This record gives sequence, C-alpha cells and structure tokens, in this order.
Amino acid sequence: MKELVHMLELKNLTKILGDKVILRNVSLSLDRGESLAVVGPNGAGKSTFFKCTVGLLRPTSGEVYLDGELISKNSMSVKQKIGFLGHESYLYSTLTPLENLKFYGKLYKIKEADKKSAELLKEVGLHLFRDMPVRSFSRGMVQRLSIARVLLAEPEILMLDEPHTGLDVEAAYLLNRILKEKQRRGTAILMISHDFEQVQELADRVAVLSKGKIADTMAIRQGSNLEALKEWYEKAVKGA
Amino acid sequence: MKAIISDAWTIAGKDLGNEWKNKQTIGMMVIFSSLVILVFSFAFDPTNNMVKAVIPGLIWLITIFSGLLGLNRSFLSEQENDSITGLRSAPIDPSSIYLGKVMANCTMVAAVQIISIPVLFLLFDYRFMGEFLWFLLVLAAGTLGFIIVGTFLAALAVNAKNSEMLLPVLLLPLLSPLMIAAVQATRIILENADIQDAMSWIQLMAAYDLLFLAACFFLFEFIMEGS
Ligand SMILES: Nc1ncnc2c1ncn2[C@@H]1O[C@H](COP(=O)(O)OP(=O)(O)OP(=O)(O)O)[C@@H](O)[C@H]1O
Ligand SMILES: [Mg+2]
Repeated sequence: MKELVHMLELKNLTKILGDKVILRNVSLSLDRGESLAVVGPNGAGKSTFFKCTVGLLRPTSGEVYLDGELISKNSMSVKQKIGFLGHESYLYSTLTPLENLKFYGKLYKIKEADKKSAELLKEVGLHLFRDMPVRSFSRGMVQRLSIARVLLAEPEILMLDEPHTGLDVEAAYLLNRILKEKQRRGTAILMISHDFEQVQELADRVAVLSKGKIADTMAIRQGSNLEALKEWYEKAVKGA
Repeated sequence: MKAIISDAWTIAGKDLGNEWKNKQTIGMMVIFSSLVILVFSFAFDPTNNMVKAVIPGLIWLITIFSGLLGLNRSFLSEQENDSITGLRSAPIDPSSIYLGKVMANCTMVAAVQIISIPVLFLLFDYRFMGEFLWFLLVLAAGTLGFIIVGTFLAALAVNAKNSEMLLPVLLLPLLSPLMIAAVQATRIILENADIQDAMSWIQLMAAYDLLFLAACFFLFEFIMEGS
C-alpha cells in the first residue's frame, strides 16, 4: 500500500483570515521525486497556502496529509520531513553562518552537524564568510544561507517560497543543480516562483493559484516553449 | 522529556552565547540595578536603622525591574527575521522553547543578582548575619517564580503593539503573592529571626513556582500555535 500514499496531499483546503477567504477548496497532490511549481499574481494566497501546508497556520477546513500523516497533529516526525524556506530567513543576525547552521543542526538532531554545516557553506559559496555575523550579509548571501539551512536537515519534501529571489545567475544555477540532484534521489519539491525560466527549468508540473483557487495545472515537458508557458499563465489568471 | 530538555538547552545556549558575545542586555540590567541602588542609598540615610527594613524590598525591586528588561528582549529577539517561525517549524516540542527561554532568563537575572546584591549590602552598610543557605534558597525560589510567569507573559505580549508596556502591566499583579512571600521571607532571614517563621512563606513560594511552571509549560503550546 505504501506506494499509493502521496508524499503530500491536500484535500479541499480552505483558509479564512479575518473575514477574507484566502484559499478556497485547494486540492493537490505531490509524489516523491516530483516537483511542482506554484505560480500566481501577488496576493493570490501562495504563501498562505504554504504556511497551511507546513502546519504554521491551521486551515479553516480541509486536510493536509504528509506521507499519510495528518499535518495538523504537529508531530515531530512530520516536521522532520519538511524543509521550509519562507519569505523571511529565520536566521539569527547576531550569529555567524556556521553558528546558525549548527544551532538548527542541533534542533533537527543531525549527526555530524559541524562537518555537514561546513560542507554546505562551501557548497553555497559562503565559506569565506563563515565567521562574519549574518547582520552584515547582503540579500543574496542571506538567501544562500537560508537555502543551506533548509538543506541541512535533508528533508523528504522541500517547500521553497520564491527560492531564487536575490540570487545571482551563478547561485541560481547552483540551486537548480542541487534541487535536481535532490529530486533525482526522491525528494519531493514544491516551490513558489515568479520566475518562469526557473519554473520551466525545474518543475515537472505547474499550478496557477489565482484569487485563492487553483485556476489550472499543466505538465511541463523537456524543451517546451517559454512563451507558450507565459501565454498559458496569463490565460489561466484571466479565466479565474 | 529528555529531548525537551536537551532542545531547551540548545535554545538557552544560543541565547546565552549571544549575550556573552555582545553583553547588551545584561549590561543594561546591571547598570539599571546599580543606578536604582545608588538612588535609594541617597534617598535613605544608610546610618538609620530603619534602612534594614528597606533592604528586602529593594532586593526584589531590582530583581523584578532589571529582570523585566531582559524578559522584554527575550522574545523580541526572536522576531527579527521571524526566527520564532524557524523554531516553530523545527521538529521540537514547543514547550522546549519556553523551557529554554526560562533557563536563559534565569541565568541572566542570577548573574545580575550576583553583582548587584553585594553592592546593595555594601552601599547600605549592611553586614550579612542571617543563614546564607536559606537566603539563597529564598532568592532562588522567588526569582524562579518571577521568570516562570514572566517568560510566559513575554511570549504572550510580544505580538502586541506595545509589548514593552504590556508586559509589566500583565506581570506585576500576577506576581504580587509571590513577591509578598519573597519579601517577608527575605526580611525574616536578614533579621536573623527564627527560620520557622519564614517556613510558611517559603512553602507558599514553592507552591506558586510548581503551579505556574506546570501551567505555563503546558499552555505554551497554545501561544505558539498559529491562528
Ligand atoms: N495575517 C493576515 N491577516 C489577514 N490577511 C492576510 C494575512 N496574511 C496574508 N493576508 C492576505 O492574504 C492574501 C494572500 O497573501 P499571500 O502572502 O499568501 O500572497 P502571495 O501569493 O504569497 O503573494 P506574493 O506573490 O506577493 O508573495 C493577501 O491578500 C493578504 O492581504
Ligand atoms: Mg508570498
């Protein structure tokens, strides 16, 4: 039966904040080794959708299952499986990158956290800055470090909210390479992006979230047309 | 339970290590308490015998008000970069965040007390004659209760607009039974009176600590929960 359980499954997720319906009846599923990109205009509810999925916000109605387990139970085994990259970096600006990673490494009970943190810092190109406080970092450097923070725990599902913001071309390329490698090894990837080039590069499937609803989904084939993707997106947003 | 304590230790260690590096909060707390002692030593003539009656109250006054400075900071510091959300999404029990903060705050207030109470005795020309161990016990019980309730309310208040003002307004009324007991017990010990007289006050403090520790520990989960 195990193979039939989706890595992530959302059933009729609805979220009301105040008296505003932010998400209405969102249903989605994601399998291991699959990557799904969520696109949509600003304020469409993408980040809210993520927070509900991670368990930071409680859905007004509907259920989220991760690997067959209900997420609202907030169990530690569920949290251990999720790597969540949000709008904020969740880093301590008075600590150095290495201290930040070690701290989260301890919380995620990672073995050999020191060695792994140092390796990851090298991988994201912050090795030379490892003893500087994060306060002095530029936007892109912070983003690189928060990506390292998410990767540190080797989660089974990566939820990345606009992972490419602030990254230079080289870092974006590096991130794509890391993500593809993770995906090949069976990690499920869910990401929000406004950058269609990266979406086309990374995603197997795209979903358009507009006004709190999934307007349309589409599978992306290798070498498909970027213009066609954009056209399809505009149509989906208008239709919603 | 073991995991909760080790996670709490990790969080407390992070806060204390941070404090050790820049000494911002603790510096403020020490300066503040020294200034209060100084002002009061001018206000009361230290040769006067009635001064001895002021000392117990003063000990708790500096503990509470310098402690408030640290309590305000303890969750505000987690709001920068929203790192509290990082903690919330980590695979740890929410109670370990609370416990870690209690440990860190307790250590900081204790450090301030170690510096300021001898200064207080010195400036008021008070020679300690009571039972030292009992004095430490009362000090520990009172401080622990203050931090237990204070840390909880600091977490509660931090999302409010004026958390610095909200915290004392919420905290001080809740602390009054503990503080009455602490001041009375301290007075009895410092006057070197019969320790049996202080017993019921000490029991009251112990009960207060246990009750609030249990309540705050289990309720903290609900503070951390998203809407
Ligand atoms: N705490 C809140 N209370 C009330 N409304 C909220 C709250 N948080 C978000 N919203 C509303 O929810 C809607 C969706 O916000 P969300 O952050 O999910 O958008 P988004 O799709 O991530 O946008 P962006 O592309 O700019 O990141 C917005 O209209 C916003 O005003
Ligand atoms: Mg967003």
